Amino acid sequence: MGVKISNEKFFDRVDKGIKDTFMRKAVSEAQSRLEGRKIEVTEELGNWEDWRDLSEEIRQHTLENLDYYLEQFARNVAKQGGHVFFAGNAEEANDYITSVVKKKNAKNIVKSKSMVTEEIGMNEALEEIGCNVVESDLGEWILQLDDHDPPSHIVVPALHKNKEQIRETFNKKRQYDKTSDPDELAKFARQELRKDFLAAEVGITGCNFAVAESGSVSLVTNEGNARLATTLPETQITVMGMERIVPTWKELDILVTMLCRSAVGQKLTSYITGLTATKEQGDVDGPEEFHVVIVDNGRSKILGTKFQSALQCIRCAACINVCPVYRHVGGHSYGSIYPGPIGAVLTPLLEGYEDYKELPFASSLCAACTDACPVKIPLHEQLVEHRRIIVEQEGKSSFGEKLAMKGYAFGASTPSLYQMGIKGAPTFINTIAGKDGDGKGAGPIKLWTDIRNLPKSTGQSFRKWYNNREKGGND
Amino acid sequence: MATGTIQNQDKFLDKIANQLGRKRQTKEVELPAWKKAPQYDVFKGLSMDELLAQFVIQCEKIHANVVVTKMNELEEIFHEVIQKLGGESIVYWNDSRFETYGLTAALTQEKEEGISVHEWKSDLGKKNIEIAERANIGITFSDITLAESGTVVLLSDSGKARSVSLLPQKHLAIIPKSTIVPRMTQASEKIHEISKNEGRTPSCINFISGPSNSADIELRLVVGVHGPVEVTYIVIDDM
Ligand code: SF4
Repeated sequence: MGVKISNEKFFDRVDKGIKDTFMRKAVSEAQSRLEGRKIEVTEELGNWEDWRDLSEEIRQHTLENLDYYLEQFARNVAKQGGHVFFAGNAEEANDYITSVVKKKNAKNIVKSKSMVTEEIGMNEALEEIGCNVVESDLGEWILQLDDHDPPSHIVVPALHKNKEQIRETFNKKRQYDKTSDPDELAKFARQELRKDFLAAEVGITGCNFAVAESGSVSLVTNEGNARLATTLPETQITVMGMERIVPTWKELDILVTMLCRSAVGQKLTSYITGLTATKEQGDVDGPEEFHVVIVDNGRSKILGTKFQSALQCIRCAACINVCPVYRHVGGHSYGSIYPGPIGAVLTPLLEGYEDYKELPFASSLCAACTDACPVKIPLHEQLVEHRRIIVEQEGKSSFGEKLAMKGYAFGASTPSLYQMGIKGAPTFINTIAGKDGDGKGAGPIKLWTDIRNLPKSTGQSFRKWYNNREKGGND
Repeated sequence: MATGTIQNQDKFLDKIANQLGRKRQTKEVELPAWKKAPQYDVFKGLSMDELLAQFVIQCEKIHANVVVTKMNELEEIFHEVIQKLGGESIVYWNDSRFETYGLTAALTQEKEEGISVHEWKSDLGKKNIEIAERANIGITFSDITLAESGTVVLLSDSGKARSVSLLPQKHLAIIPKSTIVPRMTQASEKIHEISKNEGRTPSCINFISGPSNSADIELRLVVGVHGPVEVTYIVIDDM
C-alpha cells in the first residue's frame, strides 16, 4: 500500500470525509469511547504524569543511543539462531523478505497487524511473486476483503465501516449468509482464518517493541492472531521500524503499560507475547527459522533534527482519539496510512512535503494531542515547525494565500463545514480562513502570525469545547 | 546451535550515528538511573491475600472465570471445572507441577470417565498440534501471575508448548498462589534476570489476560476471536 493511500487532492479528500455522515458519527463515538476508557485507566494510576515522564526519558535515551541498542539486539538475535537484516528503504526490505519466501518455496503467508509492512508495501511485493498473503487481524482482514480499502485509524483500522457494510463484504467475497451481529461476524472470521493459519508456511508480524538485552520481539494484541502466526508456520519474519526498541525487559514493562492503557484503555491486552529467535530444541511448535527485518525508510533523517522526538511514538493513537480535526474529517482525509496528529507530523517527514504540505495545517493547534501523548511528543509544536518550514520554502505569500483562498472557497461551497466554522469549532477552517470565516483577513499575514504565535496548551477551554460538542450532536 | 546472520548492519548504523552527530557507540552504554519510578507504587505493601483479592477483582473485568481453592479441595474443584467447561477433550503440558499438585491422578480419573486426555509429548512432533487444534480444553500452569491485570505468564519450553494455551476452544490455567506478584514490573525483572544469567530467554513468553477478543467491528467487544473463547483460572492456596 505504501504510506500514500489516495491520489485525490487534499481538499477533495476532506470534502468526502465531511460528507460521510456514517463515518463521522462512527469516528466521534469511537473517539469518545476510546478516550473515556483511557482516562479511566490512567486516572486510576494516580500518578500518570510520572509514568509519562519516565516513558519520555526511556524513549529519549534509547533514540540517543539507537545504534548501540540495535547492534546489541542484532547480536542477541543471531546468537540464538535468528537472522537480522537491516533495510535502508522499502525496496531493500521487500527484496530480502521476498528472497526468504522464495527460498522456502512458500506460497501461503499469514500476517498479523503491522503498520510498517503497509508503509513499505510488502503485501504487493509478495503478491507479485505469486504469494497469497492473508491479513489475520480482524479489522485488517475486513479491509483486505473489501478490495484493499485503506485503514483509517492505526489501532482500529476499519473504524469507518459499519457492521452492515462488513456483512455485505463477507457475503460478496465469502458467501457469508448470517446476520450482521459482530459476534457472528467474528466467529465466521475465526473459522475462515483458522484454515489459513494451518496452511501457512510463513508468518509475518510487526513488532511493538524489540528488547535489546535478549534479542526478543514483543507483540501486543487482543485477538490471538499474532500468536497463531508465530506458532504454526515454520518460518517467522518480523518487520520492525528501527525505533521500536527498548534496552531491557524492565523498560519493556513501562512502554507496554503505556501502550495498552493509552491505546485501548486496558491494563494489559489479552496477549503480550515475547518471542526470542527460533523455537528451542525439543519444541514442537514455533518457527524453525526466524528473521527480523529492521527498517529505516526515512526514519534516520529525522534523527538529530527538531523532529527527533516524533520517533518516540509508540503508535497508541491517543493523539488521534482526542483530535477535533480527525473527528470531523476522518482518517482517509489525511491521505496517509498514518492519520491524525502523529500522521500530520510523521507523514511529511517520511514522504516529503510535496504531497503532504496541507497536513500540518489540518490542525487547530489546540494541543490536546500533546497532552494525550504517553511519551510526551510535543506534537502541536512540531506541526508549527512544519508550517514554518513549508511557508519558508514555498514563499510566504504564495502558499499562504493559496491555502487561505482554497479554504475559503471550500468553506463557502460546503455548508456543513462552513457552519462548523462559524459555530466556533476550532477546526482547521478557522486556521486557514480566519476566525470570522471571511477569508479576507486570513491572507499571508494572518497565517504568518498563526505560525509565529505558538498557542499554549489550551487545556480547560479545549475540554469545554469537547464536552459541548458531545451535547451538541455530531456535526 | 548455529548462529544466525546479520546483514547490512554497518552502513545502517553508521548513518544513525552520523545523524546523531557522533561516531558509533563502541563502549557499553549504561542505563541511566531513571528520574521516576511509578511502577513500584502499584499495590505496594499489599499482602499475598490482598494481592489475590485484587487479582480476582480484575479477572471479572477481563471476562476470565476464576476459582480459588485449597490444596485438599483441588481435585474436586478441578473435576467440577472440567465438567463446566464441557469436558470432551483435554490437552495439557508436560510439566512436573501436574504431578506435584496431584493433577496427574485427577486427569487419569477424567480419562476413565471417557474424556480424551493428551499430555504434550515432544517426540510425537506435529501430531501434538493436531490434537491441540481439536481439543476443547488446554491446561497450563502459571509461572508468574500478575494481580493488577489478571494475567498468567507462561514461559515456554519443550513440554510447555505455545499451542496448549492457544489452539483449544478453552484455556484453563492453574495458578499456585505463591506465583502472584503485583504487576508486570516484577515479572519483567524475573525475565531480565533469566536472560542475563542464562544467556538465553525462553523462545516464547506469553502474558495472557483473559480470553481473546476484538473491538474491530464498530468498537463492540467480541469475546473469542482467534485464541480461546473462554479462560478459566484455578488458584491454589499453596502457602
Ligand atoms: S504521537 Fe504519542 S499519542 Fe500519538 S500515536 Fe504516537 S505515542 Fe501515541
